[in-house]
Amino acid sequence: MRKFLVHLLGATLLGGFAASAQAQLTIEITAGVDQAMPIAVVPLAWQGGLTRPPLDVAAVIAADLSNSGRFDAMDPRDMLEKPFDQQGIDFEDWRLLGLEAIVVGRLLPQSDGNYVIQFELFDLFKQRRLLGFRLPSTGAGLRAAAHRISDLIYEKLTGIKGAFATRIAFITVQGQGSARRYRLVVADADGANHNIIVESPEPLMSPAWAPDGDRIAYVSFESNKSAIYIQELSTGRRLRASAREGVNGAPAFSPDGRKLALTLSRDSGNLDIYVLNLANQVLTRITRNPAIDTEATWSADGSKIFFTSDRSGGPQIYSADADGGNKRRITYEGNYNGRSRLTPDGKEMAVVHNDQGAFRIARVNPENGNLLVLTDGQLDESPSFSPNGETIIYATRVNGRGILATVSIDGRIQRRIAAQEGDVREPAWSPYPDF
Amino acid sequence: MQASKAIRISILLSLGIFLAACGGQPATRADDSSDLGGQDAPGASQTGLGDQASGELDEFGSAGRRGGRPDELIIYFEFDKSQILGRYDNLLTQHALYLAANSQTRVRLEGHTDERGTREYNIGLGERRAQAVRQILMIQGVAAGQITTVSFGEERPVRAGSNESAYTRNRRVEIVY
Repeated sequence: MRKFLVHLLGATLLGGFAASAQAQLTIEITAGVDQAMPIAVVPLAWQGGLTRPPLDVAAVIAADLSNSGRFDAMDPRDMLEKPFDQQGIDFEDWRLLGLEAIVVGRLLPQSDGNYVIQFELFDLFKQRRLLGFRLPSTGAGLRAAAHRISDLIYEKLTGIKGAFATRIAFITVQGQGSARRYRLVVADADGANHNIIVESPEPLMSPAWAPDGDRIAYVSFESNKSAIYIQELSTGRRLRASAREGVNGAPAFSPDGRKLALTLSRDSGNLDIYVLNLANQVLTRITRNPAIDTEATWSADGSKIFFTSDRSGGPQIYSADADGGNKRRITYEGNYNGRSRLTPDGKEMAVVHNDQGAFRIARVNPENGNLLVLTDGQLDESPSFSPNGETIIYATRVNGRGILATVSIDGRIQRRIAAQEGDVREPAWSPYPDF
Repeated sequence: MQASKAIRISILLSLGIFLAACGGQPATRADDSSDLGGQDAPGASQTGLGDQASGELDEFGSAGRRGGRPDELIIYFEFDKSQILGRYDNLLTQHALYLAANSQTRVRLEGHTDERGTREYNIGLGERRAQAVRQILMIQGVAAGQITTVSFGEERPVRAGSNESAYTRNRRVEIVY
């Protein structure tokens, strides 16, 4: 009976993979922590009889934990037993296999067509129950529920809030010449669940999340000049936020979601930073300088705006108060520092840094400008922090193709996120969702 | 080496005659001209050809279309620069003369960069390049209303590849009539 169920499960997974293979992103750890914690995420016992479970929830959790670089999840085929509760766990046996923690549970179909996931996390050495939850979910919501469980397990075992139940927006480019297609895609943080948000024969750029996690601002050249749009993911509705004369670029939502920092050239042909109040459309000018001022980003409390300017010669990072006053240069190391992003707590900044001819992601202390190069590519760009501030996702080039990659804030864990085809670029990590 | 330059110039000459003979719009897209340009990047070939060869090309342009619109529609730039190189003085003067004489004609200046550097900063750099061309045209009598500018930054390369020959092609302002 168990064998039969396992077989069915395998068939389901294979079918699901084949259907979405083209859109799938695959994560490969290129550098992990020396001592990734061995953990067993036992496939959830399925209480639905001969029907198929709609998703292998444990496989999603195991992949999340392994892909973080901090865990080494056991292959279920190596498991001698598949317990679903504390009574079924032989702690000694699992310890002898070198494991430190185990996740067990059940997937329970409900009479209304929904599901309940019941799971528990145990410390195998202390033989102690660390977590136990029942989580209701719709069938379509099971993948998101699995990511929430990953978040809980990750936080319990590492002390760091998980960021698996988040999403990533990015731009893909396929084809050449008149067949070239630019797409704005939103996917789950594990690369699954691709949704094309916008598609255009003309360039799409600079996706930026609103703090509500439901709106994305981006630049589109669909009218053969740049314009900024704001699109609501839940409804697909979009509005044109700025299509002023000249450049409309580099949108960045304020932390309260009510304002948009943006770059405009207007009739001057020179780029400066403005803040647009989205409710009343009032435009406030932040910079007034013959230099290129662009790539604004906000401090977590909304009191400051950081931006790129070449007013001193090459591009460097500057800060200003949100009303435009009190401008200060932040970076001094090297001749090119651009496109800054801050951690949610504002204590760290990531920039694109010219490291002796190679463009790399560097971590900057926004107080004193101290800089540490984190990546080793030739054309690394567009850094974006995970909402827990632990990981930077960025765009890089491998064998002439644009792909996404991540690096942990300490530089130790590195991953590549490969797409099947085309160029992938400009990743933007979503904020935490509201549950 | 001298021989190969001569061959390339003659190819360009016959190409120009072919386009002129067609009577229609000359190939205005950078995509086309880069395909026809052969292996060498324009900046590299420019330094190789020297001033004299460049003069011959300009002379052909005006001789082929006396008082008409110049065929050459792309201005190339140096890395991270928006200054217009001296070799384009004659060409831009011809464009300016044509536009000033045809005040109903409008032109769109599309600024582009190579892929190095951040994307939005490159939008700024592409705009700066387009503005530099605009200034030169306006100084020579073209009305502001005849010119629009747009910057595509690094988003619309004409040549793929992370090498100097692709970069040289991609750093450009396209004059689109």
